[in-house]
Amino acid sequence: MIGPALSNRRLLFVTGKGGVGKTTVAAGLALMLAEQGKSVLACEIDAKGDLSAAYEIPPAGFDPVKVTAQLSVMAMDTEASLREYLRLNLKIPMVGRLGPLATSLDFVATAAPGVKEILTVGKICWEVRERHYDVIVVDAPASGHIISQLGASDSIAELVRIGPIRNQSAWMSEILNDPRTTGVVVATTAEEMPIAETLELTQRLEQETSVELAGIVVNRVLPERFGPREAAAFAELCDGTHDDWLSSHLADGGPAVLEATRLATQLRRNRSRHLDVLRREIDPSVPLYYLPELFTRAEGLRMTRQVATHLAEELG
Amino acid sequence: MAVLDLVTLLDTKEIVITCGPGGVGKTTTAAAAAAITAARAGGRVLVLTVDPARRLADALGVSGIGNDVVTVDPALFAQAGVEPRGSLSAAMLDTKKSWDELINRHAPSSATRDRILGNPLYTSLTTRFIQSHDYIAMERLYELHATGEWDLIVVDTPPTRNALDFLDAPARMADFFSSRLLRWLVMPSRSGLLGLASKGFAQVADRILGRQFLADITEFFGSLESMYEGFVERSQAVSRLLGDERTAFVVVSSSELVALREAAFFVEQLTKRDFALAAVVLNRVLPSSLADAAATNAALAVSSNIDELAEKLGLELGVDSDVAERVLATMVASYTDLSVIAQREAAARANFALGEASMVEVPLFDEDIHDLRGLLALGEYLIAQA
Repeated sequence: MIGPALSNRRLLFVTGKGGVGKTTVAAGLALMLAEQGKSVLACEIDAKGDLSAAYEIPPAGFDPVKVTAQLSVMAMDTEASLREYLRLNLKIPMVGRLGPLATSLDFVATAAPGVKEILTVGKICWEVRERHYDVIVVDAPASGHIISQLGASDSIAELVRIGPIRNQSAWMSEILNDPRTTGVVVATTAEEMPIAETLELTQRLEQETSVELAGIVVNRVLPERFGPREAAAFAELCDGTHDDWLSSHLADGGPAVLEATRLATQLRRNRSRHLDVLRREIDPSVPLYYLPELFTRAEGLRMTRQVATHLAEELG
Repeated sequence: MAVLDLVTLLDTKEIVITCGPGGVGKTTTAAAAAAITAARAGGRVLVLTVDPARRLADALGVSGIGNDVVTVDPALFAQAGVEPRGSLSAAMLDTKKSWDELINRHAPSSATRDRILGNPLYTSLTTRFIQSHDYIAMERLYELHATGEWDLIVVDTPPTRNALDFLDAPARMADFFSSRLLRWLVMPSRSGLLGLASKGFAQVADRILGRQFLADITEFFGSLESMYEGFVERSQAVSRLLGDERTAFVVVSSSELVALREAAFFVEQLTKRDFALAAVVLNRVLPSSLADAAATNAALAVSSNIDELAEKLGLELGVDSDVAERVLATMVASYTDLSVIAQREAAARANFALGEASMVEVPLFDEDIHDLRGLLALGEYLIAQA
């Protein structure tokens, strides 16, 4: 890694395999940066409303909504992005609806690969260029799709030789490919498939894009509670020869408590094995950050705050 | 629509499509459903994964399966202690290869074929962009189904909302190829029909994309033109196949709030499109004993009496009482932690709007599934709750 620490970059794409808590990590990261005094825009790409839900606000749209004085949230919308682009760059007035033109452009976007990606990433890069915020944290699409988006400006530049789109893609590539400005953060859990996909993604990032990996956040790390002596003692307790003792010393629900302990121990053991794979295979210059499994009653702002707190500790 | 359980579904449908949020074990579930059907019901079963991740290969012990259909070695079933009544095959989708095969098969002449395959737009379109992946996945499903070789094809879809793109891809492709816009693009000089909309379009497209790029597009789709009718025809056939009664959909989720919210969205969208949602599979369900009052009491009793219990446990196990105390404290903490999650997830499940489908709950496995034995064990859970 040649760029500065993750928290000193101005554009962070948080990606990762579905189900690893990517949105929670993005929300926590944006909140943490805002609490450090930066003005932050958190942007959700696939507009499912999960990012807004992480702050317990109603689903945000294309126009940013303030969560705190320092933190705003928006959701990407390619049609709105196109309208804004036409208005700002080509001085083509698009009041209200795009009508049949939008339909036509939708077809061209299908035919001309990368146009949708350009509109998405273009809006984000434009916010970076205009310095409307100190930092933009993007809750980016899951693993495979991020490559298309981050590589779109480069591949458009290959396909389109002249014209405004060409110029557009050039300055976008400049922002995206500058490690002092932009970084990708991969969120993962210490499970088999997320780790495998993380390794595959980091490889593809390097081969197919020029955007730098700024760090990997390993989410949901389980606490290590047993030392070797305790583990051995617990294993013996469960080996069937102590059932009389257990039933006379624990209340009726005892077996469920034992089962929970066995399950927690096994999960912890599996996850540390997968974590070892990540540590072994990843480029040692890529920083790894760890977030504990959060045993909270509800998902939402409380969880986001805890993630922000843990991230602040991890990132120093 | 009558509610069919998963067993009946797997025994009677020709295509079962699993969809749902990412990271919930969807691919594994699809493979398990196919494996258990091959094992117990017989017939030729194929699992088609369109997820770019290389997971199925890992789980089936078929490393590096490409675009071709590979039959799973019956010896793997024997190793898992099962004598299968049918056979299990697997295929993974290689987008680029599938497109190449499609063009090879349907191009009217070798000159057209070479023009298409050699166009830079073609390479970019087929390798980098997701929508072409969705479309080709459906083409591939259609072709595999049309061979009549398979009694059941279980299809794993890409995660998250893209699965819906995948479902809509055939219709969108048909729209695209039959659109007047494309005609204008391809035959600008011949059309003579440049109306207001197209004039506006041409101006904007020109200013955004540049004339040269438009010319490239025009040439590319010009070459494809001879294949339009085939595209439209097959797209429509795929759409019909997805909607008819030979096909059923299974939504897979975990009990996490975010996953369930997305699963509910899938249920809603499938219903809206009149696709047959037949079952919902909830993976990784924590033991119900974790939300049990008796267990909570037992944990509380240990924690309030921990010194005395530690002495006794130390004697029982022949270890220091401080080791015993840490064992007991860990038991209390593990139970408390997991029960918070179990209760949170039980509440989320209770709030989940399921529609008219049957529900199958699969417990959390404490080991990863990475072989046929594991798939079959998971498969047993899928069909157990019939």
